[in-house]
Amino acid sequence: MKEFRYERPTDADSAVALLTDAPGAAYLGGGTNLVDLMKLGVAAPDLLVDVSRLPFEEVEETDGGGLRVGAAVRNSTLAARRMVRERYPIVSEALLSGASAQLRNAATVGGNLLQRTRCLYFQDVGKPCNKRRPGSGCPAREGVHRDLAILGASEHCVATHPSDLAVALAALDAMVHLVSAAGPRSLPLTELHRLPGDEPHRDTVLRHGELITAVELPPPVPEARSAYRKARDRASYAFALASVAAVLQVRGGMVHHVRIAFGALAARPWRARTAEEALLGQPATEEAFGEAVDRELAAARPLRDNGYKVPLARRLAVSVLTDLAAPDAGGQR
Amino acid sequence: MGAMTAVTLNVNGERFSRELDNRTTLLDLLREHAHLSGVKKGCDHGQCGACTVLLDGRRVNSCLLLAVAMDGTEITTIEGLSDGTTLHPLQRAFVDHDAFQCGFCTPGQICSAVGAIAEARAGWPSAVTAHDAPPGPVELTVPEVRERMSGNLCRCGAYVNIVSAVREVAR
Repeated sequence: MKEFRYERPTDADSAVALLTDAPGAAYLGGGTNLVDLMKLGVAAPDLLVDVSRLPFEEVEETDGGGLRVGAAVRNSTLAARRMVRERYPIVSEALLSGASAQLRNAATVGGNLLQRTRCLYFQDVGKPCNKRRPGSGCPAREGVHRDLAILGASEHCVATHPSDLAVALAALDAMVHLVSAAGPRSLPLTELHRLPGDEPHRDTVLRHGELITAVELPPPVPEARSAYRKARDRASYAFALASVAAVLQVRGGMVHHVRIAFGALAARPWRARTAEEALLGQPATEEAFGEAVDRELAAARPLRDNGYKVPLARRLAVSVLTDLAAPDAGGQR
Repeated sequence: MGAMTAVTLNVNGERFSRELDNRTTLLDLLREHAHLSGVKKGCDHGQCGACTVLLDGRRVNSCLLLAVAMDGTEITTIEGLSDGTTLHPLQRAFVDHDAFQCGFCTPGQICSAVGAIAEARAGWPSAVTAHDAPPGPVELTVPEVRERMSGNLCRCGAYVNIVSAVREVAR
């Protein structure tokens, strides 16, 4: 591991100032991904600015009836909060479907959103990777890509974003609050992560030194039901092969409000806006759900070994939406 | 020698203070500096759980935590669980249930189980907890233990007996 200096400022402004003046510096949250990448040589910051103890540890109701979650809140703490389980169950479900209890106890909300892809080539400094070393190439396209993207990829990169939480947040229209030397700003979660294009080394739209301070959820949609479902190789403790977060409100048998987000299909949580638009005002039936999801997945461009993700994502989405539409389905929420 | 930082933390009830290379993990602090070799280095990448310890009462992978970031915290390792020569109930249960073969994963399994039981008592849900479960402690059924202990791998495959041992103590 390369040498680095370590600073633990006590307020966000100091943290931002430390990073802004140091191009090789990085923020340290729970460290569950960053410390591993440093051991692998994939990340080599010369300064770590520890933001895990900044005063962003609150989970509080907003004046508008939403929820504001501090960026330093640990994943396990957030998943266990009664208010989260009752009002935003897919946040809890998504968090609990990811990693292990030990990792969730350390990982922070801000760090979860900024974790890097688990593409094997990105994590192996002996291999080319355009995300890690721009211009070096992407062996994944012809190599091992079973876990990788079918949507929004480019010839330069087919990485997926590994977060479960981000998928739920995308479906909930969450906002991300940021602070930088230029001051605070807020972004929809769906605009935080980038598709690779010809700059796959840029995972997000954040500027150097910009710090996530909180995630804000709007008030729950009345009478809407929601679910997060994840397909993976093991029953526990594995990244998604595909996942879906959905929020559905049905009135008189018709879709009145719907949000669908896919995980593990792209470099960012994939909001299925084409499917959502196709469903609005339509009958809440399995057939309509299938047609809408097919329209969304028509954009899929699978590689040699990940074509299975198209029918997998379709079945996940259709089954979740059908369950949510059934008035007496188990686990109503 | 790289950049150094003075770190003070509490390990198994005793103050531990040392100037450490910033690259030192909590795991290496415990094994190489505090000479507590109960905690094990398995994968060293947060995937196997052999390095599990309790950080301020919560189970964590010590291989992924930087020692410098642990200043002021309280750490409990397997050595801190027993009361003198009297085994912790989970240590006793692992022996009684034959819940290990080679033993390399056992300190991590036991620290993890201490955390898992505390989390369930505090009412924390897992991925298999019913969505409409009432507030309050979660009963550690077999599926609950299997899910909550999934971050601890056992290459000998002692899982069945580990589940029994954890359930006995949780009751």
